[in-house]
Amino acid sequence: MERIDEDKLIDEVTGKSYEYGFTTDIESETLSPGLNEGVVRTISAKKNEPEWLLNWRLEAFKVWSEMNEPDWAHVEYEKPDFQAISYYSAPKQKKELASLDEVDPELLKTMEKLGISLEEQKRLSGVAVDFVMDSVSVATSFKDKLADLGVIFCSLGEAIQEHPELVRKHLGTVVPQRDNYYAALNSAVFTDGSFCYIPKGVRCPMELSTYFRINQAGTGQFERTLIVADEGSYVSYLEGCTAPQRDENQLHAAVVEIISHDEAEVRYSTVQNWYPGDKDGKGGVFNFVTKRGLCHRAAKISWTQVETGSAVTWKYPSCILKGDDSIGEFFSVAVTNNKQQADTGTKMIHIGKRTRSTIISKGISSGHSQNSYRGLVQIHPGAENSRNFSVCDSLLMTDTCGAHTFPYIEAKNPTAQIEHEATTSKIGDDQIFYCQQRGIEEEEAIGLIVKGYAKDVLNKLPMEFAVEAQKLLTISLEGSVG
Amino acid sequence: MLKINNLCAKVGDNEILKGLNLDVKPGELHAIMGPNGSGKSTLAAVLAGRDSFEVTEGSVDLDGIDLLDLEASDRAREGVFLAFQYPIEIPGVSNLNFMKAALNGKRTHQGLEPIKAKDFLAKVKECSSLVELDGQLRDRSVNEGFSGGEKKRNEIFQMAMLEPKLAILDETDSGLDIDALRVVSKGVNAMRSSDRSFIVITHYQRLLEHIVPDFVHVLSNGKIVKSGGKELALELEEKGYDWLKEPSHDTSNA
Repeated sequence: MERIDEDKLIDEVTGKSYEYGFTTDIESETLSPGLNEGVVRTISAKKNEPEWLLNWRLEAFKVWSEMNEPDWAHVEYEKPDFQAISYYSAPKQKKELASLDEVDPELLKTMEKLGISLEEQKRLSGVAVDFVMDSVSVATSFKDKLADLGVIFCSLGEAIQEHPELVRKHLGTVVPQRDNYYAALNSAVFTDGSFCYIPKGVRCPMELSTYFRINQAGTGQFERTLIVADEGSYVSYLEGCTAPQRDENQLHAAVVEIISHDEAEVRYSTVQNWYPGDKDGKGGVFNFVTKRGLCHRAAKISWTQVETGSAVTWKYPSCILKGDDSIGEFFSVAVTNNKQQADTGTKMIHIGKRTRSTIISKGISSGHSQNSYRGLVQIHPGAENSRNFSVCDSLLMTDTCGAHTFPYIEAKNPTAQIEHEATTSKIGDDQIFYCQQRGIEEEEAIGLIVKGYAKDVLNKLPMEFAVEAQKLLTISLEGSVG
Repeated sequence: MLKINNLCAKVGDNEILKGLNLDVKPGELHAIMGPNGSGKSTLAAVLAGRDSFEVTEGSVDLDGIDLLDLEASDRAREGVFLAFQYPIEIPGVSNLNFMKAALNGKRTHQGLEPIKAKDFLAKVKECSSLVELDGQLRDRSVNEGFSGGEKKRNEIFQMAMLEPKLAILDETDSGLDIDALRVVSKGVNAMRSSDRSFIVITHYQRLLEHIVPDFVHVLSNGKIVKSGGKELALELEEKGYDWLKEPSHDTSNA
């Protein structure tokens, strides 16, 4: 394990500019649209990657070229033209705005409702912010603390340069290049993402990424995250941000891989609030993500997601319970409004003995949206005495939306116990009236009822995320019961 | 305090209230009795602002405010409280959070700061002891898994928390055993004061032995057809309602 030199680190942080990890090489050029082997080579060269990684990308590209875009999900959209996308563009230098007055007032209103501080509002909407000494020192002490413990937390690009052996050992081991169409595409052209390594026996003392949210903006459309928790370690990782994120990139095909070694535990929480498009769904983001974790002996991976954004979502955070006594969890709230479409769920693959999984999925559909849960619980022949418990509930806000459940269960071991519960309910006029009669206004009443419905999942989020996520739910459903 | 003048209301094409008049002064408790389908629960719902009923005529004035002009939530904030005949379950929302939202809604309306946690808890303690609602029920989700009696006690608990000007009790006695009836009545009686009025809707005289009314009205076919003192309830118990029913000229609903 390489240790980071403290002095060097302080130098780096207190140095000329605010630069660590996530905001490295700023190039000015953008590749012209189109995808071919040359483009893959160029990306790899620009990122100064070792040969093994270039070959890995090329292999992925070859696989992808022979694949077809899947169409089994319960979503309808115009398929993106993959030759019309530019696959390498320098980290976008967003036009800096002089003050908040220049920012879209709608965006500000939402942020205000979310309770985001003024400084943060400026940062998120691209207004030039003077970094006060204080925030730098917070970041420094934060990095120092992690370094002391041997935790590595940096961009994937940096990790490839600084810790190639760790990346090489784990990259693609959970989501191989040929896993699926979008994963193959991502493997060929990913530009950056996050890397996180927790050494043996270390309990990471803070939620990773809370202090780094700034660096998460603009990571691009083909993001790749790799989290490795070594034996007996623990980490809680937060992805995303409750603030509305507008992006010119229509297609997002990210990959997240988690490796949880013996007795390690990883909690991965996401709040996704990409731009869903206008009332007719125009201009919204397509979010096609592959997220998967691998559990070794007695390891645990817990996915928690609150999904409110994107025009089309296609996402199944999954767990491969390979080690005996390992545990997988999936807690999800997916909200769709207007013309949004979400096909989301999980896969729990039980391979080891006495493996356990829990799935709690809460769908909320409104407007003319379509919200599907798709889940697979697979018990392999060797998975003696394994257990799964699934709950998938749907809440309908209007008569025009749709909620669908596609649960697949494959049990190949007779000792397995699988429980599945599903309910569909419509938000009741009676419930809303009851609240109103107590002096609670309609919008607030809907918020209250929805939060109550999603409570089992919201409770799983880390504290600081949970409050914002609750507000986000309310905002996402504003004006949805008419 | 409350002045109902020639109130007419319908659901779809079905007229239910047909020119109802009622005058309630501060501190008074009016009982409204009447046969099934006479419009008792509709009156409660219309006063509370349920929008599935359409008011076609008449006015309702609460201390100079035109109630019919307000949203249900604003009526509540102005001091109208309805104890539901069938209290609604709201899974996942704790009774306490629910009450806090309600109380703070009212306080915001009155230009007050949200209630302090300490004061809130003290109030909860005081009000829940009034109806012998134990701590567990307070912390559970609103009405979820409550027995019939617990739900009704919870309604009175909420009433005590919100301290309304006008409390409407819609068949609060239905589904209560004798002990629960006593507890609920005790709670209501404790809340009676010179500046709070009650409209108590009930089928049975039984409730009025515990909650003694100042006036009793008989509602029949959408109108008040007889009014009297508390002794009228006894008379009704004895004779039933038939002798009061207006000869019906209604031939449309054949």
